[in-house]
Amino acid sequence: MTTTLEAGEVSGRKTGFRQVVVQLRHDRWAFTSAIVIAVFVLAAVFAPVLTLVTGQDPYTYHLSALNNSGAPAGFGGGISATHWFGVEPLTGRDLFSIVLYGARTSLGVGISATILSVAVGVLVGLTAGFFGGWYDRIVSRIIDVMFGFPSLVFMISLTAIVAATFPRPVLIVLVIGFFGWPAVARVVRGQTLSLRERNFVTASTAMGAGSWHVLIRQLLPNVSATIIVYATILIPSMIGVEAALSFLGVGVPPPTPSWGRSIGDAIAWVQTDPLYLVFPGGALFLITLAFNGLGDGLRDALDPRSRGKLS
Amino acid sequence: MKSSVARMIGFVAYRLLGMLIVLLIIAAITYIIFYLLPTNPARLSCGKPCTPENLQRVKEFMGYNSPWYTQFWDFLRGIVVGRTYGSGADAIVCPGPCFGYSFRLNDTVTNLILSRFPVTASIAVGAAIVWLLFGVAGGVIAALKRGTAIDRGVMGVAIAGVSAPSYLVGLLAILLFGFTLGWLPTGGYVPFAQNPLEWFTHLILPWCTLAFISGAIYARLTRGQMIEAMSEDYIRTARAKGLRESSVVFRHGLRNALIPVVTIFGLDLGALLGGAVIAEKIFSMQGLGALLLDAVSSLDLPVVVGFTMFSAFLIVFANFVVDLIYGVLDPRVKVRT
Repeated sequence: MTTTLEAGEVSGRKTGFRQVVVQLRHDRWAFTSAIVIAVFVLAAVFAPVLTLVTGQDPYTYHLSALNNSGAPAGFGGGISATHWFGVEPLTGRDLFSIVLYGARTSLGVGISATILSVAVGVLVGLTAGFFGGWYDRIVSRIIDVMFGFPSLVFMISLTAIVAATFPRPVLIVLVIGFFGWPAVARVVRGQTLSLRERNFVTASTAMGAGSWHVLIRQLLPNVSATIIVYATILIPSMIGVEAALSFLGVGVPPPTPSWGRSIGDAIAWVQTDPLYLVFPGGALFLITLAFNGLGDGLRDALDPRSRGKLS
Repeated sequence: MKSSVARMIGFVAYRLLGMLIVLLIIAAITYIIFYLLPTNPARLSCGKPCTPENLQRVKEFMGYNSPWYTQFWDFLRGIVVGRTYGSGADAIVCPGPCFGYSFRLNDTVTNLILSRFPVTASIAVGAAIVWLLFGVAGGVIAALKRGTAIDRGVMGVAIAGVSAPSYLVGLLAILLFGFTLGWLPTGGYVPFAQNPLEWFTHLILPWCTLAFISGAIYARLTRGQMIEAMSEDYIRTARAKGLRESSVVFRHGLRNALIPVVTIFGLDLGALLGGAVIAEKIFSMQGLGALLLDAVSSLDLPVVVGFTMFSAFLIVFANFVVDLIYGVLDPRVKVRT
């Protein structure tokens, strides 16, 4: 996938994007994915409004909804007219609200970390590809090393040393975002390398444009399509990492709802209350699948060669 | 032929030197982040509860009183030749390779890691074997049966695998094969020396769970590479020479398609370790991941730092090995200086 993008196909600016939208509309799989993402984003944004319908929130305990052993009473983990997805074992908190508000955590952390990664990756990739020389060699080496790094271990460790007063969600975004930039940097660098030799860059330099003008006005717009594809592919992995950290108990702290933590808590209940696993797990799976589907569609639309290969 | 042996030695030496430099830089950065950034590492190492006497002991014991460069030098030296904490009767000898000493668990980090290593290694190595086998086989079959129902089936499973979080798959597998069908144990680890069969049955689910996720990526990758390789000129040449189809597919097609797969596998070793950490939690196994998570929650800093550095070293070393394999597999890769 990287090789095809690195080969240096560059779509035009406005026409390119318009064409992409047209192509996406014909790609059933990508189009469905886009709708699923839109639904999740809307659900996350309007979570407080949606939970008003059932009159629930993700923080209030409903001990009356549990039986003596702490498991939810009644059918399917306590599914009822008020608790659409049932309730959480031990606390009786409304699972529908937890999943809805969990979308806020997942999307919020996932998208913020992606923005951070993309910003750093684009800056590093553009400058490395454009300036070259020893700077490029060092950057490439760092990227190589970071690619194979046991980043999850580092992320877990980093959560231990930062002061408890430092806001956790911000820490998680910083840590996850930090380990995501090499992927973006490598692709952007590859594209910049091939663009650097093109006539419009030479012309721009000949007309007296400074390095930064060429970088930002000439090169950046030409790699923007690639950046969008990579951002789309990066979001689900960022969401996955947040969920993994929360699953392991070092992510966003309770009581902030998180799909990953709910899944982690569900380990102990998988036999007695499997639906406690299925709802947050299903949400996580769906959003990841949708982002991957949209990412694939975008890549195909922007890079005709890869489509030929996959179909 | 002589020169090719010399070139091979040069290649290995060059890679070895590169690896050592990378290790040194990683050690320095890790040290700076974990020992110099926290305002009070002694407080973190002291554990919970931390009495003032304990704190003072930790400070002297761990050498936090000396300047940072002395501390870093002691740490680096410790990794190679070992070091001694404290002095006199209370002194604790930490033989090399010494990754630190846990004041809370009263043991060297190296010992702690060694005692947990078999669990994590069993999960990781087995999972890698299963995922490479199924990923590559799936990819090859899909590529050869391109456009058929088999191809679509394999790729459909693959996209689901790419998107499914391992802990979700693992828990569903426990529910189905463990609780509902009762075919396999639902968790725990049995040492190989104690009972090889139990060891195996306890590891089937973790292996398959991790392999399902990662194998999916390899199936997609292998399929793409295989399709590309099979359309190359040398395949036509091989067929024209009258080679058997199996020979064309495996010796000429697959060997070339595997080169990028090996690259990606080297890059995925770090992720494999992360996957094993998650698998340990899903299947309640007390491996390295459990050690790290315990250390994080009890703020046992030496274990956190020691293990982090150990894992970085392990991955860099494993990548070095993959690089060498790569050199053997791909005739085009030779000394690159």
